[in-house]
Amino acid sequence: MLSKRIISCLDVRDGKLAKSVKFVDTKDIGDPVEKAKFYYEEGLDELVMYDITASSDNRGIMIDVVDRVAQQVFIPFSVGGGLRTVEDCSKVLLAGAEKINVNSAAVKNPQLIAEASKAFGAQCVVLSMDVLKVPVSEQIPSGYEIVINGGRTPMGIDAIEWAKRGEELGAGELVVNSIDADGTKEGYELTLTRMIVEATSIPVIASGGGGTPEHMYDVLTKGKASAALIASMLHYGEYTVKECKQYLHDRGVKVRMV
Amino acid sequence: MITIVDYEAGNLTSVRRALDYLGVDSVISADPETIANAEKIIFPGVGHAESAMKSLKARGIDKALKTAFDKGTPIMGICLGSQIVLTHSEEGDTETIGLIPGLCKKFDLQDKTLSVPHMGWNQIDVKHPHFIFKDLKAGDELYFVHSYYTEPSDKSMILATCTYEIEFACALGYKNLVATQFHPEKSGPVGLQMFKNFAEWDGSYAE
Repeated sequence: MLSKRIISCLDVRDGKLAKSVKFVDTKDIGDPVEKAKFYYEEGLDELVMYDITASSDNRGIMIDVVDRVAQQVFIPFSVGGGLRTVEDCSKVLLAGAEKINVNSAAVKNPQLIAEASKAFGAQCVVLSMDVLKVPVSEQIPSGYEIVINGGRTPMGIDAIEWAKRGEELGAGELVVNSIDADGTKEGYELTLTRMIVEATSIPVIASGGGGTPEHMYDVLTKGKASAALIASMLHYGEYTVKECKQYLHDRGVKVRMV
Repeated sequence: MITIVDYEAGNLTSVRRALDYLGVDSVISADPETIANAEKIIFPGVGHAESAMKSLKARGIDKALKTAFDKGTPIMGICLGSQIVLTHSEEGDTETIGLIPGLCKKFDLQDKTLSVPHMGWNQIDVKHPHFIFKDLKAGDELYFVHSYYTEPSDKSMILATCTYEIEFACALGYKNLVATQFHPEKSGPVGLQMFKNFAEWDGSYAE
């Protein structure tokens, strides 16, 4: 039986680790390579690195970070942020990433998913989606809308429809990030996560809101997610990967114990 | 020196980086002569069996691997590289290299909530002791990502199995060849240990 995965996301800006609260007020909190290595040694199952560098001039710094992480971290790791073309994706894969993570660029140009999937295989393409809770409408029947540009621009696309479309286009995994829950540490958006799991047949990684191991338990059981993504609770040293896994293991969730 | 076979099927650099980290010398090569005369071979691969076979044949690497295998060169196939050492794959209905008699089949699971590919960390259950498993512990998990699995004609070649609704072979051993469905290069310290074991293995296997 597959283990549920614990994934951490490192937001990287100009080569340094940053973590946002509700997508604004980012501040530097350390060296991403050191953090990645530390989490790897603690038993993290997978790593996501997101480049939130504003200036495209500094994108090359990320390739260097990816390369340095890949030399020391031997678990699957995906890279996202600023990937607009298959060529962009190819650069981070060559630098040592296992998967690429597309978000806003895929909403603006869904063919990016298909092209990347054809070029590298579906297992390589992670579709990350930022989702905002909105009133139910004809356009957004689920009450969950896709937003882009770090949560600032609503797209008028229903999140459930977009998840299905992403799978059809060739995404191998979905990251479902609730903007409402992001950075609050008050728990994942369980309803949204479960709806997307039930609407698709690819693994769903729940993101946004994880603050305690109990939240992770909830999203991996009630939310039916394949993996829980955690950031703040690890980055600020409130919990360790080991503690989270021990908690889940003790409550009967199958996780990889190291 | 380990030769990593390059045939444009997936990311070889992760295998290379893992070997570098362990201090094991390696070279990436697409040259059939280098492969045929290699001291040790890692045959990785991600992608489609049919296009992989086309690429291997076009370069003459399929024959070079056979030559190396017949000479007793220790070979480790990984993922797609573990599947196409069998005789046939359902993927694209493809005749494959045939170092091990058997088939590669697509997962056809009853439980439709289980996603295919089988992706993530899963336990392996060792059926036959082998040098490649040296210093592994019961319950160790490795990283998988695949939609097809191997079924050797001779079941005694199954070194380890894994369960994803069905129990399937995830490591095969036959003479100087080992083949793993999981990715040691992405399986943390346990995977690195297996690479270390392969680097130390003399290619002998008492069945």
